[in-house]
Amino acid sequence: MKSAVIVFPGSNCDRDAATALEHLAGEKPALVWHGDSELPDVDLVVLPGGFSYGDYLRSGAMAAQSHIMRDIKTKAGKGLAVLGICNGFQMLTETELLPGALLRNAELKFVCRPVGLEVEETQSAFTRKYDKGQHVTFPVAHGDGNYFADETTLDRLEGEGRVVFRYAPGENPNGSARDIAGILSEKRNVLGLMPHPERVCDPLLGGTDGIALFQSLIEALS
Amino acid sequence: MNEITPEIVREHGLSEEEYARVKRLLDRDPNLVELGIFSVMWSEHCSYKSTRTHLRRLPTQAPWVLQGPGENAGIVDIGDGDAAIFKMESHNHPSFIEPYQGAATGVGGIMRDVFTMGARPIAMLNALRFGDPAHPRTRHLVAGVVAGIGGYGNCMGVPTVGGEVNFHPSYNGNILVNAMCVGVARKDRIFLSAAKGAGNPVVYIGSKTGRDGIHGATMASAEFNADSEEKRPTVQVGDPFTEKLLLEACLELMATDAIIAIQDMGAAGLTSSSAEMADKGGTGIELDLDRVPQREANMTAYDMMLSESQERMLAVLKPGREEQAERIFRKWELDFAVIGVTTDTGRLVVRHKGEIVAAMPVSALSDAAPVYERPIERRPPATGTPSFDRARPVIGSLLKLLGSPDLCSRRWIWEQYDTSVMADTLQCPGGDAAVVRVHGTTKALAITTDVTPRYCSADPFEGARQAVAEAWRNLCAVGAKPLAVTDNLNFGNPEKPEIMGEIASSVDGIAEACRVLEFPVISGNCSLYNETNGEAILPTPAIGGVGLIRDVRRMATIAFKREGDAILLIGEATGHLGQSLYLREIEAREEGAPPPVDLAAEKRNGELVRSLIESGQADTVHDLSDGGLLICVAEMAMAGGIGAQMLSARNEIPYFFGEDQGRYVLAVPAASADRILAAAKLSDVPMALLGRTGGDKIALDECGEIAVAALKKAHEAWLPRYMAGSKLPPTN
Repeated sequence: MKSAVIVFPGSNCDRDAATALEHLAGEKPALVWHGDSELPDVDLVVLPGGFSYGDYLRSGAMAAQSHIMRDIKTKAGKGLAVLGICNGFQMLTETELLPGALLRNAELKFVCRPVGLEVEETQSAFTRKYDKGQHVTFPVAHGDGNYFADETTLDRLEGEGRVVFRYAPGENPNGSARDIAGILSEKRNVLGLMPHPERVCDPLLGGTDGIALFQSLIEALS
Repeated sequence: MNEITPEIVREHGLSEEEYARVKRLLDRDPNLVELGIFSVMWSEHCSYKSTRTHLRRLPTQAPWVLQGPGENAGIVDIGDGDAAIFKMESHNHPSFIEPYQGAATGVGGIMRDVFTMGARPIAMLNALRFGDPAHPRTRHLVAGVVAGIGGYGNCMGVPTVGGEVNFHPSYNGNILVNAMCVGVARKDRIFLSAAKGAGNPVVYIGSKTGRDGIHGATMASAEFNADSEEKRPTVQVGDPFTEKLLLEACLELMATDAIIAIQDMGAAGLTSSSAEMADKGGTGIELDLDRVPQREANMTAYDMMLSESQERMLAVLKPGREEQAERIFRKWELDFAVIGVTTDTGRLVVRHKGEIVAAMPVSALSDAAPVYERPIERRPPATGTPSFDRARPVIGSLLKLLGSPDLCSRRWIWEQYDTSVMADTLQCPGGDAAVVRVHGTTKALAITTDVTPRYCSADPFEGARQAVAEAWRNLCAVGAKPLAVTDNLNFGNPEKPEIMGEIASSVDGIAEACRVLEFPVISGNCSLYNETNGEAILPTPAIGGVGLIRDVRRMATIAFKREGDAILLIGEATGHLGQSLYLREIEAREEGAPPPVDLAAEKRNGELVRSLIESGQADTVHDLSDGGLLICVAEMAMAGGIGAQMLSARNEIPYFFGEDQGRYVLAVPAASADRILAAAKLSDVPMALLGRTGGDKIALDECGEIAVAALKKAHEAWLPRYMAGSKLPPTN
């Protein structure tokens, strides 16, 4: 699997994503500068966490207007796999590759802690190595992770099996509608999620629940 | 140019004698720009004029020390060609006036000190002291400081992994915000600040210069009074996004060989960075202020030289490398300008609009700066053994202590910090020391900050020894070899002999403990004048310690891990209740001598603990500190969700809550307990069997029992309730 991690000014989980990908896929991902206009030939694009453009204006809003995003949008439309983690998820809603928006956390504070999640969908390139209903723990680290969409959109996401990760009962850290932690695009090739799977790919870091996500991608895209 | 009146001199914080000295050094009257430059460079904050003669007593050398005090940060060798670079620095005065920005820019400043030396910052810690929880301002200050630290550190993508928080009425008018940053660099890629060689371009990089923070260093060198609110405009505003760009751009430039010297613009901005670089390089510097990137129109030379706008650096490049450097900074969308040149004149010369607006020998700002041997009065240390109510139920006191402001869980704070970004955090807040892996290796750095101000207040010398010993102990408790410390000396007004006495005794205590424990001081910062309306803070010499774990698989944490483990106590239990938290929280008294530190025993005990961890015989260790033995066991039980059955050795309050030093609790598989007890005997280390892990309660034999879940509830409750409510919650 060939992959690329996009580096925006202010990205700070680009190295973490690249480390996990290199470790698990055995191949270094390309680090692609936000100002480039064309993606290299890859099977997967990762939009990493961080504070792209300082999160000024709105989280992800400026990144959504960056040069490289035009090509990402075009290629995602043709089926390229795109994984947006945390700030990357915020970019995906800002580009409208995913529906809804990520608002300030309900408690109005940044929150970083491990949270329990349920894997609701395994029919995707991102989650095929998980069991349906599997309980996993990923850390969250964000100030704007409160997923919001209108009721029709939420019903549609649920009806189409596009809610992939849901905060386990009592674990919702940010007030997200229907405990949604991660969703798929209509064509199921774009995943956005607030928790950080790349931070739980090493037993020394307190967990390995993120490994299956990257292994799913490797199996599906290689 | 304005005439310099005595009033203007006073406003600049210079004494009459100091002003006379300026005139002597210049051989004429200074103009306003020059007066401003002298006032910041000779401020306590920049010149250490009250403490310099004392700080010389600190040990700064060890075979593994690559850089001691005097640079932007200290450096130790951590093997394999890697170096750890660290420093702690205060941002006390600005944080009291504007807690969010004060704390945020404190974080930004200390990070720049570390990455200006070529290191990527890998961990942040914060030692925080707030006033009485009942004081009307405390909640607002806690909320603002925590949000500011998180706001800056989280955006930078550097994990905030530890620190400490205390509440005490002596900080009502002067909170302490001490931020520590640790970075890692290759040993052969370290950058220093000596601007060697004449004719080299001096370049300005980072943010534009505005009028913010003018005279911040002078503010930090004076007491507060009722008008301190008016100083809000001297607090700088941070932009962590720009700092993140600056970090990446600097590291990219440092990967080339274009840099001769580089230094961040911190306190006293352009003035101190240019003067210090020239001073260290033995050169002179000429600056042309017309080339300085400016955020506002019509800025004067005075404004520019004294601005403390954040996220700026000054570098000296090899001639001809300007274009290469500029390309990197333009890529990161940062300002870049050649604003001057190094000279062989030994003079700092500043031009603006074609005229020379300031000119002076560099040495006048550094070597010739005043140094004071201020009068010292060492007050006698507190003595005596306090009385207490022997009939008070132990379990009730345990519950109350665990829920008290100084011992309760800090989860409300640390969950606002990104603790796991960079994917190398092996131990988060809540343990003895934070542990962060060196990226791509199997070794890790353990980091801690410690001081117990109530001990220091009772006996500054003994309290300072204790602070160093506790930092050393916390590193040993996770299995790290302690390497070096950075100190942040927070005190009141040094012009008062009794405060100078506290400073001198603290330095003596730190020096002695660091010497015996082979734990040299490699960087640090002094914050004086922490007084409001004449009331000083408790003496607070915060110690930041760094140690090395060679193999991350051999590391200990505090959590009980197995049922049926033998619980062992290392160290003597004399039941020292003087200055203990028990005495303060349960008996409402702050009395007696603080616990004495036996440095030789401390060393023996710590080395045994480390060898047990390194050899794989122990993975569950916690040091004893605030609250004593029972608090320690309770914390281990809460962290692991496993209870403990304690033997009925000595069912006495001093035994359970005394704060004797040099002690650890271990939990080891029962089968290996005898072997470990024998090893301790051989090493001349006192060790006793305390009980067994297991069940869901802490059971004390004759003194009752309590569910771990109930302890946890009490432990977690206080801080969130305090921060959410308008009234002061009970401590159970």
